[in-house]
Amino acid sequence: MKLNTNSNSYIIIYSTVLVVVVAFLLAFVYQALKPMQDANVALDVKKQILYSLNIRDLDGAAAEAKYAEVVKQEKDENGQKVYLCQVDGKDICVAFMKGMGLWGGISGYVAIDPEGKVYGAYFNHDSETAGLGAEIKDSQAWQEKFIGKQIWNEQGDVVLSVVKKVDDPQTQVDCVTGATLTSNGVDAMLKDCLKALAPQANK
Amino acid sequence: MALFSKQNKEVFTNPLNLDHPILGQVLGICSALAVTAQLKPAIVMGLAVTVITAFSNVIISIIRNTIPNRIRIVVQLVVVAALVTIVSQILKAFAYDVSVQLSVYVGLIITNCILMGRLEAFAMMNKPWPSFLDGVGNGLGYAMILVIVGAVRELLGRGSLLGFQVIPDACYDLGYVNNGMMTMPAMALILVGCVIWVHRAYFYKEK
Repeated sequence: MKLNTNSNSYIIIYSTVLVVVVAFLLAFVYQALKPMQDANVALDVKKQILYSLNIRDLDGAAAEAKYAEVVKQEKDENGQKVYLCQVDGKDICVAFMKGMGLWGGISGYVAIDPEGKVYGAYFNHDSETAGLGAEIKDSQAWQEKFIGKQIWNEQGDVVLSVVKKVDDPQTQVDCVTGATLTSNGVDAMLKDCLKALAPQANK
Repeated sequence: MALFSKQNKEVFTNPLNLDHPILGQVLGICSALAVTAQLKPAIVMGLAVTVITAFSNVIISIIRNTIPNRIRIVVQLVVVAALVTIVSQILKAFAYDVSVQLSVYVGLIITNCILMGRLEAFAMMNKPWPSFLDGVGNGLGYAMILVIVGAVRELLGRGSLLGFQVIPDACYDLGYVNNGMMTMPAMALILVGCVIWVHRAYFYKEK
């Protein structure tokens, strides 16, 4: 018997079966790969924290081992996630930051040394423009401009900022050319997230 | 019909030469512009598209006689979307860095015109094996352009290939500067244009 592949009932049954089969297949793949994906995401976070501590050349198991060696404690400080670390005998506090870029979310880690200065920084983004806003993540040179900048003034206000024209090299970082809005986002993120940490780091 | 009969060979090599998906048919330009700023994502994207075109062609070709004509595009989309999702999950599990770099573009393979074009034009009316060859041929043709454009853009835009510094520091000391323009999608369009120009000049002369 030749099936009438254009009848309504055939179309409905055909599409139902197809969709159910595909749904089961995808659910199975997702379940099977989930543990590996979670491990990758966790490793990525650890690598970002290591980047902010200026340890940039490790991957995989080496990064895992270094992270375990360096990071001592993970805790909440006034609603801000911080990682207490020890690098070369110095106590460094790495703060997680989250903010808004031009097209989507941006995030970052700032490592703060005991004097309240930036020890290292790393930024990440979801969907900034490649070659412009994306430079906050891709350009190591730009991230290294933050090193040694003063974060807070005596009143505990955040003075670390990203600006178009650097007047005060102690606290200001030149923004990324062509990415003013993303740079403004980084600036706002720094102000927003580091405020809560001021007293703790200044004590 | 033998596995590598003359006809099948043509099915495989045509998209690499005269009937090239990007150069001849001008399909799939959009993603070719977006992911070619560096060589590595370009290669991974090329491979992903090759795998997906090959297998979606095979699957559609196997079930081509059962597909109701009125919903054939929907069926094709479901098959392609399922394959793309699987590939993107596998990338996330085994090549996390690359999947972050490719970000949305893996998902956007679904809308890559090469896929739908080949499914409609070839897999719907050919047997699985020639369809597989057609898919691999078109995928590789696409990958070839991505690699050419990706290599040129990374070399001129960043002075590196696959992340390794190629242009020696001495050149930078002499005043050589990376061309930032190359990292922007607009340059990919111009480069693809140049490749198409060369390709046409060569093949249309033969004819």
